[in-house]
Formats: sequence, C-alpha cells, structure tokens
Amino acid sequence: MAFDYDKYIRPGKLPHIWCPGCGHGIVMKGLIRAIDTLKLEKNNTCIVSGIGCASRLPGYMDCCTLHTAHGRAAAFATGVKMARPEMTVFCVGGDGDGVAIGGNHFIHACRRNIDITYILMNNHIYGMTGGQFSPATPTGAKASTTPYGNPDPPFDIAKLAIGAGATFVARGTAYHAVQIDKLIVEAVRHKGFSVVEILDDCPTTYGRRNKYKSVIEMMNHLKEVAVPVKAAEKMAPELLQGKVLTGVLYKEDKPEYCEQYQKVIERAQGGIK
Amino acid sequence: MAKKVGFLQGNEAAAHGALYAGCRFFAGYPITPSTEVAEVMSVELPKIGGKFIQMEDEIGAMSAIIGASLAGVKSLTSTSGPGLSLKQELIGYACITEVPCVIFNVMRGGPSTGMPTGPSQSDIMCAKWGTHGDHAAITLVPASVQEIFEETVRAFNLAEKYRMPVLVMPDEIVGHMRERIEFPDQGELEVIDRTPPSVPPEQYMPYDTSFGDVPPLAAFGSDYRFHVTGLNKMQDGFPTTKASVVQAEEERQIRKVEANKADIMKWEEYLVDDADVVIVAFGSTSRSARFAVNEARKEGIKAGLFRLITFWPFPEERLLEISRRVKAFVTPEMSLGMCNGVVRGCIEGNAPVHGIYRVDGEPVNPGEILGKIKEVN
Repeated sequence: MAFDYDKYIRPGKLPHIWCPGCGHGIVMKGLIRAIDTLKLEKNNTCIVSGIGCASRLPGYMDCCTLHTAHGRAAAFATGVKMARPEMTVFCVGGDGDGVAIGGNHFIHACRRNIDITYILMNNHIYGMTGGQFSPATPTGAKASTTPYGNPDPPFDIAKLAIGAGATFVARGTAYHAVQIDKLIVEAVRHKGFSVVEILDDCPTTYGRRNKYKSVIEMMNHLKEVAVPVKAAEKMAPELLQGKVLTGVLYKEDKPEYCEQYQKVIERAQGGIK
Repeated sequence: MAKKVGFLQGNEAAAHGALYAGCRFFAGYPITPSTEVAEVMSVELPKIGGKFIQMEDEIGAMSAIIGASLAGVKSLTSTSGPGLSLKQELIGYACITEVPCVIFNVMRGGPSTGMPTGPSQSDIMCAKWGTHGDHAAITLVPASVQEIFEETVRAFNLAEKYRMPVLVMPDEIVGHMRERIEFPDQGELEVIDRTPPSVPPEQYMPYDTSFGDVPPLAAFGSDYRFHVTGLNKMQDGFPTTKASVVQAEEERQIRKVEANKADIMKWEEYLVDDADVVIVAFGSTSRSARFAVNEARKEGIKAGLFRLITFWPFPEERLLEISRRVKAFVTPEMSLGMCNGVVRGCIEGNAPVHGIYRVDGEPVNPGEILGKIKEVN
C-alpha cells in the first residue's frame, strides 16, 4: 500500500508554493515518513522555521508550527524546547536563512547541544527573493547579485555544525530521497542538537543561471557529486575531488542542554550554588 | 503579620515582580545597565523550576521568549537601548502574532552605544515606533523600586490580558537606585493569565475574534495545535493577502489597546487640580519634579505634577482637559524633547509646553525645574 502522506498534511493547505522541480517537497515527504516511523504525536511535535521558500514547510504540516522571522528559527525553537522539553522540536529552513542571517543562532544552538533537529535545505541560493548568492553558493557561480561569478567562498555547513558543537551531523540530497527519512529518524533519536543538511536544487533561480538545462540535470548533478561516507573511506583522495560526502558525518554523545539545565535546577533547589 | 520588606535595587525588584507575576522563563543578553535582572533571574528561576537562558544575542533572547510564551510559559527579557534597537524586529513579530511577553528596558544614553552607565529617557519613541509597521504599544515607566515591582506585575497582566508585548522602561537612575520595598503577599496583587481556548481542539483558531478583540491563546504542547506566522494572517493563523482581512486584523490589533485605554493607562496627579503650571514627568525626573512642585507651593506658586506611569498609551484626553485651564506645562526630561512633543501633540495649542532637556548623563535636578516654574508662571 502506498504511504499515506495526507495524514500529516494540514487539510486544505496544498498545493504548496514551491516551483516545479524544487527539492523542498522531497524533503517534506522525507520528514513526514520520519515522523511516521518515529510515531511522533502531532500535538507533541513542533516545527519551527525562519523565512524563505524552505521555511514555508511548517504551514503544510499538521503539527504545532511556528513560522518565525528571517534567521531566527533556532532561537525560537530554543525557547519552545526549554519551555517544553518533552516536545520533539524541528527547525527547517534554507541556507541563507540558517547560516547567513541566522548563523549566530545556528552555531550557538549547535554549541549548547539542545535536543532539536535542524533540517537545512541547502539549495545554494536565496530563492524567494529571486536568486541572490548565499553563504552556500559555490565560488564562481552566477546569481542575480553575482553577475560576474561569485567571489565568495561558501560555507561547508556540515563542517560548520560539527565545529560549533553539534553532536549529530548528517548530509543527504534531494536526489537520494529514500535516504532522507532515515537520516532524520536517526537525527531525532540522537539526544542533542542534530543537523541534517539536504543538498537541494533551485531550478528557477540557480539552475537557469548556471547552465543547468533541466531539473533532471540538476538532480543528476546531486547524484554524481554525492559519495556515501563509508564508500569514501575506501577511495583515493584524488577521486574525492569535487565530491560531497553523504550519510552520517558525525555523531558524538555529549550532555544535552535541557538535561544540563535540569541539573542546574536540582543544584539550585538543593541550595548549592 | 508584618510585611516582608527588602532593600532592593530597581532592576532586582523587576526580577522579583516578574516571578510574582508567574514568569518562569527568562532569556537575555548581558547589557549595562540592566544586567542585574538577568543575574537575579539566573539565581531565582531554577529554584522554582523555571528556566533561565543567556542567549547568543539580543535578537535570540527576544526570539526565545516568544517561543517559550507560545509553549505556555510567561516570559521575560531585559535589555537597554542598543538591545532594544536589536529586539525591534521580534517585538513586531510578537505584536502581529499576538504573543504575550514582557521586555524590561533600562533607559541609558543613546543613540548607539551612547552612555552605557548614564541615565536617559530617550527610548520612549523607540518603544512606540521602533518596530516597523502599524501596531499598538504598551509602555510602563515606573519611578521607584516599589513601583518597578508592581508595574512589572502589571506588565505581565497586560501582556497576558491583551496578548501582546509590554515594555517596562525605568531610566537608569530608577533601575539602579536602592530603596526600601514591601513585598506584596501572594494574592495581594492581581495576577492575570491568558485566556485559554474554550472550544474543542478541532474548532480552535488562534485569532478567533468571535470571542472579542483578544482571541484565546492555546499553548504548543497542549491538546491544541495551530500555526503561527509573522505574515498577515487570517483568523485560523494562516497567511493571507486578502485586503479586507489584512485591514480588519491590523485595525483589531490597534483597537484592543485603544478601546481599553482606561484599563491600561495609569498616572498620578499631584496638586494638579488648582495648578497654574503643570509639570508632566516620569521616572526619576518626576521625583525631581515633585520636589520642585513642593518648593514652588511654599513660595505661593500653584504648581502641580502630572506623573506618567503608563507612557503608551498616552493619557491624551486627560492632558487636553487639564490644558484648558492651566497657564503652562513644563516637561523636564532626559531627552531632547520627546515627551514635550507628545504633550504638544495632544493639547491642541491650549497652553505653552516648556521643555527642560538634559542628555548629558545628569539627572534633571529640582532647582532647574523650580527655576522654569517661576519663569513661566
């Protein structure tokens, strides 16, 4: 029997705003399958986003959903999680939202290791505003504000998250759709701040400026650059040039923030400063 | 039984007032001259099972308190001038999404870094107009340590009752002065909680106006789930650009304060009834003004003090009434005429409004005010 996505979609809220060929819908389906696998209760699941195409995702989901201001998802989510540690809290959003305007909140949520799963849809561009370069746009790429090619080097978002202290970091792609829910499931089961970066495509504002003739070509690119982290271990370094590792890139057990704060409460109540 | 008394700093009183009001979440960022609020909250909140978090920046702190409030927990942040500027984006978010929260802003010199340890009263226009777009504002301006406690409780009540951010803004002098305070007993001051929904979850809409201009608010993590967005929205919480809905919703959000001004506004009239010269002042400046009024009376000059306790909404109607029978107003203030302009704006030119403006980090002293009273009488 086909998987029933409708049971997690808010009645009447589709169609979504995403362009034909955009990978965000693939990620949303992955999130839905993950929620189903994890048997999360809708009332106990909070999905927080910032601003941008990817940040419209919560509106379609039949959960507690919070569409905040540009870049602020991780900070709002921190408030929700602190207030209700029993809730499963997701952040969803794009690359510009997450690591440009929201970069400070992102790295500090990583550092605290608060039990939130951040699904970052990296399509390397500001799509909603019409295709300006983001901190994830490759050097040399064309965007509406890099007409002569992007002079900026991009962030490696997964490395940024690991460096900042996230204790679970995974990467997938919109092409590898069936892997997405598995990565999210593992991220949610991990106690601590988890980042799932999904390399995504924006045919409308990135593809057409960067000589991708079709969505299929963009998807094939994702297929070709992705190397599972285990396969990469056996590959010669020169073969990994221009490739992107996928799968679970980093996992570490460290004290989780809400649990740490619970210890603060116990110390305060025990009279020990 | 004798009242519990203390010798507290204004900022410390704010923290205790917040706890009295049921605040159980604080997110902040260190900034002079308000940091003591965060310090006290970091000590006291965990003792009662509440949560304190020092965020990465002012914007994050404002975001976190909105998130916690949506999860059903009364929330506070504290800051000062530059922090208030940074928080504006999210103050607007709390306005349009109608999320109760309290911002305690201790006024220091500005603009920008200004004079971090110097007093000021120049954030009052920022409190009203700092965030973009039309929105209502409630701003309380206490003048003593006791009043900081009580007004912080009232700020939470107003935030919960009207589903909006409320600012409490003492100047640095009031925030940092130490005075005797009598702690109200539990139950002595009214504590208001937001109205929860009375409809079953499947019928709940977070902006359902069939219950009046302030819709009931459910909490994330309860039996109710709903959507919140900073976009203009319909009663069900989902975005819309439908002209009639956007216009009606914006007007409702203004109306919920405008139509309830009598409940929100608070001021004190001291010897105003027969006064020829009325001083309009707030915060520490009102303490200098009271002294000056007493001195003037000793010299036979009919001076009075109109002390603002709520700055926004501003008591326009009452000042208009008073303006019809006075010789002059005087506005001593630690800004270059912000309060003066607001008074002028509501008295229809019925009387001159003289200003005494200091932005040099010094308080307006009673002698300056007395001199002006004599000059304009």
